[in-house]
Amino acid sequence: MLIGLFNNWIVVMLMMIGLYIVIAHGNLIKKIVGLTLFQTSVFIFYISMAKVVGGTAPILADDIIQYSNPLPHALILTAIVVAIATTALALSLVIRIKAAYGSIEEEEIQRQDNQIQADKKERKQA
Amino acid sequence: MIAHLPVLQVIVPLMAAPICLILKRAQLAWLFSLLVSSLTLLISILLLQQVMTSGVVSYELGGWQAPWGIEYRIDKLNAFLLLIISAISTIVLFAAQTSIEKEIDKNKHTLFYVLYLLSLTGMLGIVATGDAFNVFVFLEIASLSTYALIAMGEDRRALWASYQYLVMGTIGATFILIGVGLMYQMTGTLNMQDLSQRLPEVAQTRTVFTAFAFVIVGVCLKLALFPLHHWLPNAYAYAPSIVTAFFAATATKVAMYLLIRLTFSVFGLSFSFTTIPLQTLFMALGLFGIFVASTSAIYQNNIKHLFAYSSIAQIGYMIVGFSISTVTGLTATLLHVFNHALMKCAIFLALAAVVYRLGDVQLNNFHGLGRQMPLTMAAIVVGGLSLIGMPLTVGFVSKWYLLTALLEQGWWPVAVLILFAAILAVIYVWRIIEVAYFKEPLVNQAAVKEAPMLFLVPIWALTIANIYFGIDTRLSVQVAQAAAQSLFGVTP
Repeated sequence: MLIGLFNNWIVVMLMMIGLYIVIAHGNLIKKIVGLTLFQTSVFIFYISMAKVVGGTAPILADDIIQYSNPLPHALILTAIVVAIATTALALSLVIRIKAAYGSIEEEEIQRQDNQIQADKKERKQA
Repeated sequence: MIAHLPVLQVIVPLMAAPICLILKRAQLAWLFSLLVSSLTLLISILLLQQVMTSGVVSYELGGWQAPWGIEYRIDKLNAFLLLIISAISTIVLFAAQTSIEKEIDKNKHTLFYVLYLLSLTGMLGIVATGDAFNVFVFLEIASLSTYALIAMGEDRRALWASYQYLVMGTIGATFILIGVGLMYQMTGTLNMQDLSQRLPEVAQTRTVFTAFAFVIVGVCLKLALFPLHHWLPNAYAYAPSIVTAFFAATATKVAMYLLIRLTFSVFGLSFSFTTIPLQTLFMALGLFGIFVASTSAIYQNNIKHLFAYSSIAQIGYMIVGFSISTVTGLTATLLHVFNHALMKCAIFLALAAVVYRLGDVQLNNFHGLGRQMPLTMAAIVVGGLSLIGMPLTVGFVSKWYLLTALLEQGWWPVAVLILFAAILAVIYVWRIIEVAYFKEPLVNQAAVKEAPMLFLVPIWALTIANIYFGIDTRLSVQVAQAAAQSLFGVTP
């Protein structure tokens, strides 16, 4: 039972590690790492799903009778492309955040944003 | 040509997006995008007519037969949504060029239209497709272009808002991907029609329960249903104004469509509402959303923030209608999808006009604006009255249907709460009216004039539609009711 679902255990572990990093880390790059890990776990999930016991690669040839389901492979190729685009976009956003705030730490960015509002309030009172 | 309408609906803006890049000149790109968007509007009108007269339109992509190939399946529900999205997009584009002149760097104007058309493609694609995996792909096309559009905002907080939305959005989309994977694992199909037939056989397995949980949470993240709404206010407030006008009217509606499609068509009514206690859950979340978001709206000083919170509250109304799970309830939800698109688009376009003149939408800059920009402010007031649910505006029509649906079920305590929530809306709308009409204009804003025509025409087109559909409800009610009935399998 436990060993039969080995891939699923790995998937769930990777998924939770990824999500945990996204939630717990304040560094924007680390968050992206977590997000990528989270997405990768789903890729592994799809690929393991496609496996047919005793099957080979899905190639059209005379001596190949049993082969893995190629559809999840095709799907996940698309999902990988999407994930790359997401990571690239996220990284470029981080570059611009660094330029605008001088920091890539969540706390620091939020502190700076709150600072502006606090300043405004002070000016209003004055 | 007519036979290819479902795919043209999505392909036309997709192909047009890179052409914008070749056009280079912003003015040209604008006119071209406007043309393309009008074309999608035309297609969606033709599709709606076709669906209303002769029933479901099915289109096999590349000629591959339905359960294997990707099928675009247009029924009354998505024809209605396609019309809303393409109409709003076209109207918003009228004001786009004038608005982005002040808010986006000149060298990024062409790119703006590329992204705009891509996000339009994504949203139309999500709605048009009948394939569960295709939904994910279009969702990401729409989302990625949205993140980039939001990051174009002037304020540096736009970057931070975009990043936060990206993280939440990606988690949501990946959840949907996991859910789709689990469904595929159990049934071996991705076609929604096929899924709906095969899922009942395996409905009692834990895998299907898990799949359901993943897709619903994923969609609710995109929908910004309370308590998953934290990305929305900042994204709306700091994105370029014109982008906010487009997204406030369409993005959450698309997610609402997806929620309806998945629960009613794919998983089926009995699974979604009987096996799983979705009704109680959504009713509670909807009501909480209405009250928490409306109360937050009262305390906002940035008007875009204010209306963003109001949007979250309106999503609450849609969810309450949805959770009643009767034909009338769903009609109310669909009507509110249409009506809310009209009012929020008008309001955010009017705010875009205010930004164009003032450069800011802080409440304390609104002093005396009712006299300086009378037409723009009047549009905000009509939109606000509609949010409250005043008779003769569209807001009243959807509230009326929602209350009827609640009373049909005998849930009068909920109906009372809904009526009470309108008071909260009165408070936040009144704050704006008070400042704009009963205060003297600020000295440094004495020269502020009425917005240019390119703003006023779309704003008032929407505002007049807002009143028109509040009086003559035949078209909107008829379509919404037909769509709701077809989801329940009732033949009218």
